Amino acid sequence: MGPAGSCAHDRLTGVLTGKPSGNETRSRSGRKPALDTTITLTVDGERRELTVDNRTTLLDALRDGLGVYSPKKGCDHGQCGACTVLLSGRRILSCLALAVAHDGAEVTTAAGLGEGEELHPVAQAFLNHDGFQCGYCTPGQICSAVGMLAEVDQGWPSHVTEDLGAPVEFDEAEIRERMSGNLCRCGAYPGIVDAIREASR
Amino acid sequence: MVDVAPGAGAIGEPMERLEGRAKVTGTAPYAYEHPFDDPLYLHPVLSTVARGRVLSVDTAKAETIEGVRALLTPWNAPRLVDTGDREFAVLQDREVLFRGQFVAAVIADGPEIARQAADLVRVEYEALRHEVDPSSPGREVYRPDAEDAGVEPDTEQGDVEGALAAATVRIDHTYRTPRAYNNPMEPHTTIALWEEETERLTLYDSTQGVHVVRGTVAEVVGLDPERVRVVSPHVGGGFGSKGSAHAHNVLAVLAAKASPGRPVKFALTRRHMFSLVGYRPDTVQRIRMGAEEDGRLGVLVHDVVETSSRAKEYAEMSGACSRTMYAASARRTTHRLAALDVPIPFWMRAPGKAPGMFALETAMDELAYACALDPIELRARNEPERDPQTGLPWSGRHLVECLRRGAERFGWDERDPKPRARREGDWWVGTGVASSMYPRSTMPGSVAEIAHEGQGRYTVSIGAADLGTGTWTALTQIAADALGCGIDRVRLRIGDTDLPPASVAGGSSGISSWGSAVVAAARRLRDEHGGDPAPGARSRAGTPHNPDEERYALYSFGAHFAEVRVNADTGEVRVPRMSGVFSVGRIINPRTARSQLVGGMVMGMSMALHEEGVVDPRFGHVVNGDLAEYHVPVNADVGRVEAEWLEEADPRVNALGAAGVGEIGIVGSAAAVANAAFHATGTRVRELPLTPDRFLS
Repeated sequence: MGPAGSCAHDRLTGVLTGKPSGNETRSRSGRKPALDTTITLTVDGERRELTVDNRTTLLDALRDGLGVYSPKKGCDHGQCGACTVLLSGRRILSCLALAVAHDGAEVTTAAGLGEGEELHPVAQAFLNHDGFQCGYCTPGQICSAVGMLAEVDQGWPSHVTEDLGAPVEFDEAEIRERMSGNLCRCGAYPGIVDAIREASR
Repeated sequence: MVDVAPGAGAIGEPMERLEGRAKVTGTAPYAYEHPFDDPLYLHPVLSTVARGRVLSVDTAKAETIEGVRALLTPWNAPRLVDTGDREFAVLQDREVLFRGQFVAAVIADGPEIARQAADLVRVEYEALRHEVDPSSPGREVYRPDAEDAGVEPDTEQGDVEGALAAATVRIDHTYRTPRAYNNPMEPHTTIALWEEETERLTLYDSTQGVHVVRGTVAEVVGLDPERVRVVSPHVGGGFGSKGSAHAHNVLAVLAAKASPGRPVKFALTRRHMFSLVGYRPDTVQRIRMGAEEDGRLGVLVHDVVETSSRAKEYAEMSGACSRTMYAASARRTTHRLAALDVPIPFWMRAPGKAPGMFALETAMDELAYACALDPIELRARNEPERDPQTGLPWSGRHLVECLRRGAERFGWDERDPKPRARREGDWWVGTGVASSMYPRSTMPGSVAEIAHEGQGRYTVSIGAADLGTGTWTALTQIAADALGCGIDRVRLRIGDTDLPPASVAGGSSGISSWGSAVVAAARRLRDEHGGDPAPGARSRAGTPHNPDEERYALYSFGAHFAEVRVNADTGEVRVPRMSGVFSVGRIINPRTARSQLVGGMVMGMSMALHEEGVVDPRFGHVVNGDLAEYHVPVNADVGRVEAEWLEEADPRVNALGAAGVGEIGIVGSAAAVANAAFHATGTRVRELPLTPDRFLS
């Protein structure tokens, strides 16, 4: 699209009749390159380059920009956890991260956790225990669980850890507490807890 | 008669979800995720007054944003053909009927641009005085029309006033349930594509009924339904709110018509969902009971007042449970609506039954204390021999069996019935029980097609929905047994209007309505093509009419048990343990059925403790309209939740002997929690949710 001033607004249809000029590189947002940034992300082991509107969240960059739909958008506010991915192995809410701030980052989604055809043990455990119903929160739950288990391995305490100095006694209360950033409206929490217990053994 | 015999193979096996692998990797495509190269994005502008008229929409600033393709306003939006239903008359006039209604929309090349431009649209209103508070004095109530409500709103049997006057023990209390929101994890989403040359409209939608959405959209837009296709293979939860088209579907279609040839993506934000896709309306329920000292009810009165919307009537029958649950020679139920300037309520899991059974089952607990009876014994003493409403015999009423089995499993007898008797550290501890019920319903209108692909492989097609309910797996199991083959020989296709029609996934009717059609189609394939059909042979059949629906009262029942701990200092309420036993006919897939029942129980606990949409009467909006402020349970809120069922098959309900289990888990579970909280503390709370302040007095 050309400069805004060249767009005529048809008052009857409400449709802007300006057409893309075609002789400049059009980013997904179709705007001046100055408002966009080209970044690279390594997603599930694959290096990808894309141009994002500078306001684009990491979640939208993955979904709208790269067509990687494994992380889900449930609230876009950091309130539900459906967008959880692993950033260099640590769980983050990708809806609260700006894509431009993560140029060069290594992102793992639930789609990239397994080895080839083999599911990641946490994903397999979710299947075994029916730790989901609709499945929309599930990729976030699984990424969160993988990140959480790594935190436990590193000795991070949680709100329910009795002795902050000692190694974590990893029980159901610890799982429930540490997984409480990931909402499941289907109420599959009992299955989720069972799945994570199994995967942690 | 049950004609798919138990033990035939797949039915009854706890099979893993067929789409499970795709779901745990996040690769099952939900509505937004159907790939398109060059989509447009829609962001709406919502009304900021609760009642009034749009005077002007200033789009000048928004139009200067690069990448904005179109702005839709009440002045320029494409015209709809049918604007009789106000919910769907989007941008067709300037009336504002509730806060959070669509008044404009931006279509742009990117989601950020659409959102920014929408923020720049300035709307001027003539604001009129609104009424949004159901408890405001002087607000008028009216009796809904039986035809609109689908069922008679008022019933009366026997001499109610006489029986109340004559009763030895009387209960007269008012129970309140708040506005509640479905909040499925996947926000309502539509991708709409209008192809002008061929006049074809395609929607990739998140819905519990592709054919339902197609019907509404075709009618509103004025298109032959054959020109509208709706696709929805996976649905990220719904719990009723996705059981109908809503205004966003229409807005997406308007946008698509304004941008022919390019798909328009429209995902509601979480906040949008608090005014646009329905909610459980708040209820005020007065229950009066008159009983003998031995607990036998002589009279039961259940009077309900609920909120509806002036934009569109919505009436759910919260008092209807009192027509069926218990014996009483005199009985009255009434329903009145208070129509307010609020968003349009709609189905939320077990409409009517969930709030109604909270009230009835809490009242039963109160009656048990009034009669100094065990609440299970009280219920057993009030078992009706036949359905009190219709006089029909039960197809199978196993409520008492569920209560007794549940009591044993839960360890009910260990309790001291005296309230506020057990203290562990800082916590008062109590246990509670409540009954559950849900109709075993079958909807007409579904058709299944089965095609033999050769070498014993079959394709089974029906436009059904899987919103986490396990449809993909359960229908495949049913088809395999009906065809007498392994499940690996069956390829199921659902969630597309290109497939034969299916009724909505609602009223826990899916497995019965669709499953019966699949069984009938398999039988017809045999009848038409023999036991060894040639490749290419195909047959279709619809859900058969069930004459037993008129001869029997078809109901599922259940029993909920809960342990509750209330902190003596803070009033915090915890539910470490819930247990449910259900009589739901034959179980097709124990794994997915258990998840549905457990999920319903968790949502009932959530109803008891967490959920309340708080409306600001000054402005008409929900002040806690997101997932931080509108509380749903997190993992740490949920303890041990166990569900089991009686081994049975109901030959009166359908050829499978099976009934749906999507809703019965929530019905009564809030009462079990509230009754346990009373037992723990001695404080009877008759208004949900049971927030800590209610226990601090």
